[in-house]
Amino acid sequence: MSVRTTTGKGAEAVAPTRPGARRWTSRIEAGALPVAWLVVFVVFAVLLPNTFLSTASISNILGSQAVPLVLTLSLVLPLVCGDYDMSVASVATLTAMVIGILNVNHGWSIGAAIAAGLVAALLAGLVNGAVIVLFGVDSLIVTLGTGTVIQGLVLWISDSTTISGISTSLVDLVIGYKLFSVPAAFYYGLVLCIVLWYLLQHTALGMRMLFVGRGRDVARLSGIKVGRVRMGALVASAGLAGVAGTLYAGTTGSADPSSGTSFLLPAFAAVFLGATTVIPGRFNAWGAFIAVYFLATGITGLQLLGAESFVQQLFYGGALVIAVSLAQLARRREASSAGTAT
Amino acid sequence: MTDPAHPVLRMAGVGKTFGLTRVLRDVDLTVRRGEVHGLLGQNGSGKSTLIKILAGFHTPDEGTVELDGVSVELPLSAADRRDHRLRFVHQDLALLPSLTVLENLIADDVATGAGIRPRRKRAELARATAQFDRFGISLRPDTLVRDISRLDRAKLAIARAVSHLGDADGAVRGLLVLDEPTAFLPQSEVAELIALMQAVAAQGAGVLFVSHDLDEVLTVTDRVSVLRDGELVGSEDTASLAREDLVRMIVGRTVSTLSAGSAPVHAARERPRLQVSALRGGAVEHLDLSVQPGEVVGLTGVIGSGFDEVTQLLFGAQRATGGSVAVDDLELEARRLSPSTAINAGVAYLPSDRAVQGSAPTLTVGENVTLLSLRQGGGPFALIGRRLERHAGKLLRDLDVRPPQPGLAYASLSGGNQQKAMMAKWLVTGPKVLLLSEPTQGVDVGAREQIFTLIAEAARQGCAVVCSSSDLDQLAQICNRVLLMRRGVVSDEVHGQAVTKAGLTDMLFADAVPRSSRLASDA
Repeated sequence: MSVRTTTGKGAEAVAPTRPGARRWTSRIEAGALPVAWLVVFVVFAVLLPNTFLSTASISNILGSQAVPLVLTLSLVLPLVCGDYDMSVASVATLTAMVIGILNVNHGWSIGAAIAAGLVAALLAGLVNGAVIVLFGVDSLIVTLGTGTVIQGLVLWISDSTTISGISTSLVDLVIGYKLFSVPAAFYYGLVLCIVLWYLLQHTALGMRMLFVGRGRDVARLSGIKVGRVRMGALVASAGLAGVAGTLYAGTTGSADPSSGTSFLLPAFAAVFLGATTVIPGRFNAWGAFIAVYFLATGITGLQLLGAESFVQQLFYGGALVIAVSLAQLARRREASSAGTAT
Repeated sequence: MTDPAHPVLRMAGVGKTFGLTRVLRDVDLTVRRGEVHGLLGQNGSGKSTLIKILAGFHTPDEGTVELDGVSVELPLSAADRRDHRLRFVHQDLALLPSLTVLENLIADDVATGAGIRPRRKRAELARATAQFDRFGISLRPDTLVRDISRLDRAKLAIARAVSHLGDADGAVRGLLVLDEPTAFLPQSEVAELIALMQAVAAQGAGVLFVSHDLDEVLTVTDRVSVLRDGELVGSEDTASLAREDLVRMIVGRTVSTLSAGSAPVHAARERPRLQVSALRGGAVEHLDLSVQPGEVVGLTGVIGSGFDEVTQLLFGAQRATGGSVAVDDLELEARRLSPSTAINAGVAYLPSDRAVQGSAPTLTVGENVTLLSLRQGGGPFALIGRRLERHAGKLLRDLDVRPPQPGLAYASLSGGNQQKAMMAKWLVTGPKVLLLSEPTQGVDVGAREQIFTLIAEAARQGCAVVCSSSDLDQLAQICNRVLLMRRGVVSDEVHGQAVTKAGLTDMLFADAVPRSSRLASDA
């Protein structure tokens, strides 16, 4: 199966292909995860024709995964620039909690509360960016620290209690309105996916981010303001995490100070799994989308089959390790043979 | 165990061939106890191969090596090097900057000693202090190496090597190989290192000192051996040699001393395209330079002279500490230069390190080549796409990059084609000033000629080209004028008819009065 075109010194060593055309092996690689998703879906549909293959179940999978999807997308930007952001789940929780406290306890209008929640998220992003870029500290460590600090802040401002009774207009906006009986939240995620895909694959900024992540020296010597790009990605990441937090508040109508952190690992699993598909070897929006729903489909199906809840951890943890290994392989190969220009 | 009558090192009839190239032929080299022995030769004369044989890195095809009069098996094993006290200090010194002086000093013991035996810190400290005292080094053992000066680092590296030459009874024996440890030091500090070297030899070890600097070698060594084209020209007593004799041995003919600082042939007919005044930074202490449109100026020198840093300073890739740079009418303070301002001023820079600084090897050729085109119009959110790919394809075909496929990974191109792709990346911006650093390193012969043509073409269109390179052949081929740098200043210049490989070699070994230092004192 492994057909590798060796690309040696001269033109004669390379198979003649259209400029930009992808070889069929990389097509298979790019399509592997979508196909696996389809297979998983069909298997569960056959096994569980009544429960799994129902409108309610499908719309539930699509709607309930909006928060993980947006959180996964929030990781794409810093990862493309070569930075980790371990604080996204805490930032999402912070936004949800700010919305809850201001809207429920202080009687702010829901619009103002959401705005304040997003501002809090962006501030967290600024702090991350400032420490990472200005002081040159490793992003993994910094965001692990700020994430924990933010988690502590959330417990503090909420008195460690869940705040419920958030305005129903937010709940309506997130899960109340439906299109083809799929909650609105799903479409918000879809729109963000399209925005990110456009940004990364079709703009100068996306290309610069790619260079910042893959060759920081080259980027700098090509006149790219590396610090600014990394900073922007970290702030945008926190902003998207804030959107995820808003959706979370809208999904449950409440703000829970502690459950947000459980979203972090699934988001990392999905973003790395996503980097093995669509454009193998690169973090990308549609890959993230497919990975999130592939994982959700598998877990929902297994749970409907009667698996216990620990299967979730097995699934996400395993997927993360496998995905990172696959991403590493794809990257290694990209370095030695033809890449993919999209 | 050591008989003083035996030399510490005797190499006899050593030969080495790489592929079809004979790099060493029948080399005999003897280093006696208590002497500092210089090893000289031009780039490519076989010096490094010889050192690498001693380090056990290469196996000679023929010949023998004796240490302390004992014939050893080749390649030299780590055990033999240890038993016969053979130690190296290379140019990079191999220190760990984030550890302390003491930790660096005992690094080798830590690496080889028993793992869970407790460290005897007091004893270590006492030994370090004794070691430093013996060679007149004043360094606090608990200072971090990153906080000490270059000179102190060089001393520390030598002290560390010497600490392994001592016997239990304190007598020093064995061989210390110093591979250009003075390259990055200013002249004023070399003297201290020389004293240290002589102290080591005086205590009974042999020292093999590799250097490019003739004056250093003449000052410090007792005997000197010269390699030329892989053969030993001779081993002589230093006292019996004059500077000219040494140069003749290295170059193979008599070198005429050039008149330093003669006026350039072409008077400034036009306004210079690039005007550099009093540039300072890194190893560069003072540089004035003006380059006309269409002129190709080369910079060369030995390692540490600063010639390779000038292009980086002019582009802002490395921060300058002073001076100014003007491109046409746009005057810029050198300290404020960044790659971004330089690019906006019309400056292009091709770094010598293609894989790290020049390109992102895991991205595609197209992406690498069009990165700079993104600066032109549209803003960060404008749509790019097929347009860019077509543009890249055209660029690659124009510059004969093979294969001209933008979708291939950059790393899959050959060295020559990678460099042509980099030329494409920068030439598309229509630069006014083109800065090149070792432009044909790792490039095959055919591509080399094509790159020369591209450089000449850029110059013909009015580009001012500055090329720093240690490849004299290359400079002779592309340059109108070549400046020689020595210890951070321009010390000599050749231009016009004299820009030939022979002319440049003459310059490299001629004894010239530093010109820029005179200019500096005028200013």
